[in-house]
Amino acid sequence: MHDKTIAQISAGLAAGEFSSEELTRALLERVEQFNPQLNAFITITAGSALAQARAADRRRQQGEAVPLTGIPIAHKDIFCTDGIRTSCGSRMLDRFIAPYNATVVEKLNAAGTVMLGKTNMDEFAMGSSNETSFYGPVRNPWDLDAVPGGSSGGSAAAVAARLTPGATGTDTGGSIRQPAALCGITGLKPTYGRVSRWGMIAYASSLDQGGPMARTAEDCALLLGAMAGFDPRDSTCVDRAVPDYVAALNQPLAGLKIGLPKEYFGEGLDRQVAQAVEAAIAEYRKLGAEPVEISLPNSQLAIPAYYVVAPAECSSNLARFDGVRYGHRCENPKDLLDLYTRSRGEGFGAEVTRRILVGTFALSAGYYDAYYLKAQQIRRLISDDFRRAFEQVDVIMGPTSPTAAFNLGEKADDPITMYLSDIYTIAVNLAGLPGLSLPVGFAGQRPVGLQLIGNYFAEDRLLNVAHRYQQVTDWHERVPAGF
Amino acid sequence: MTPLGTAEVAKIAHLARLAIREEDAPAYASNLSAILELVEQMNAVDTTGVTPMAHPLDMAQRLRPDEISETNYRDYFQAIAPRTEAGLYLVPKVIE
Repeated sequence: MHDKTIAQISAGLAAGEFSSEELTRALLERVEQFNPQLNAFITITAGSALAQARAADRRRQQGEAVPLTGIPIAHKDIFCTDGIRTSCGSRMLDRFIAPYNATVVEKLNAAGTVMLGKTNMDEFAMGSSNETSFYGPVRNPWDLDAVPGGSSGGSAAAVAARLTPGATGTDTGGSIRQPAALCGITGLKPTYGRVSRWGMIAYASSLDQGGPMARTAEDCALLLGAMAGFDPRDSTCVDRAVPDYVAALNQPLAGLKIGLPKEYFGEGLDRQVAQAVEAAIAEYRKLGAEPVEISLPNSQLAIPAYYVVAPAECSSNLARFDGVRYGHRCENPKDLLDLYTRSRGEGFGAEVTRRILVGTFALSAGYYDAYYLKAQQIRRLISDDFRRAFEQVDVIMGPTSPTAAFNLGEKADDPITMYLSDIYTIAVNLAGLPGLSLPVGFAGQRPVGLQLIGNYFAEDRLLNVAHRYQQVTDWHERVPAGF
Repeated sequence: MTPLGTAEVAKIAHLARLAIREEDAPAYASNLSAILELVEQMNAVDTTGVTPMAHPLDMAQRLRPDEISETNYRDYFQAIAPRTEAGLYLVPKVIE
């Protein structure tokens, strides 16, 4: 039962083969069994999960079920969940019980999903390996010595290990796509504004976007359909109809123009990753698509620009954690300044501290033009590169990450090396475009992801392009040994 | 630019209201210098006349009617506060 996709579970529940309660119990047992090894969950919500499952079963009996009713999922611990601890992977929020639900949680609850728990993540979503979590690193189910990627590493590992058929994630510079690639699952970062950010703890507000993580593009389509849509509580959420993502999955790919940016296949790309990606492109050719080489000439500037924009926004967003109204407060503050500085110093880990400091510096008097303004100009150049590319092609393809999963500890002491693992994903956030990663092979024992980049609001096309590939390949069906 | 020293890190940390242990300051100074060096690769490109992009979507700020839309959740929100009294958040004395 645990090896079924969301679409298969949905069909099984509809046919009465099993109940949501039976399935939820089975998955909770797997979470109990494997979480000590993987550390994918920060909080397991067995009691409320069973209550939600029973409610979903009753709803089905009353004939009011929708496709996601009774489907167990997990939420990244960045989404606020009313009455349930929402830690964001930080000591700062270790005892924070959110007083409301994020819109994404609210929408998925309304569809009748069952929350198994809250998944581990890099602290405040800042990291590419899940090693910056206050709760310790997550391990990659394909190789327990390897990182799962980050920051949505707990969600990716839990889906890959069949502890949950789907999960939510968030992506500011690659945090859905990179862990999806490293764990061999499918993950979609929607267009900026497609999914409400209300109740999703902010890191960099002009880049953050929530999205689905699951085994298949079809499952991501089902989840995104419920997550997306206008929300008056998020002023950047776009008021635009949500298409039927499932209905669009089977469109033929004949004549599809695929752009292959030459900058994504150069120096620094692992040979085995390149081979798997090239094999996937050959498969697309068989499906009738037409790959052409393109250029995104400002690609190498994405990481430098991101490490101004994201820290600047983070230093501003994380100013709210002051030890006064919620979150960690230091013992015996001697005055208000001491309360602020010690509460923050004790509450934040090293990577969050680094980014707050970089952002504070970049925004400080005398440096604004040289850093923040310059980065915003570079952002425009990067966005223009994509705009020109989409005049010629329908989708862009390349590797999601330059290497397969690296070892735990391998890059933990060197922030710059860690930052470079997001080299192919970051530009997509700067431009606000949708991106998807799907599994297309292995480098040794460790999975390789193919990244698809689409034009604004072309999530339906990306899911369709990924789904057609998954109809003729079985990488997404591979199960890590021992799970 | 020249690498940042521990004194500069202490100054930035003060601006950010963030206490850093003295023994950690050299590592932060070295990390920050490396990050700024990475960031300065931006200077390789002339951006004169390029309109800065603050946001991925060209959108106008939405307005809503000036009506009360929230209910008072003060007690619920204060239940998770470190210290409160009589509906107020308590902090160390600021004014003598």
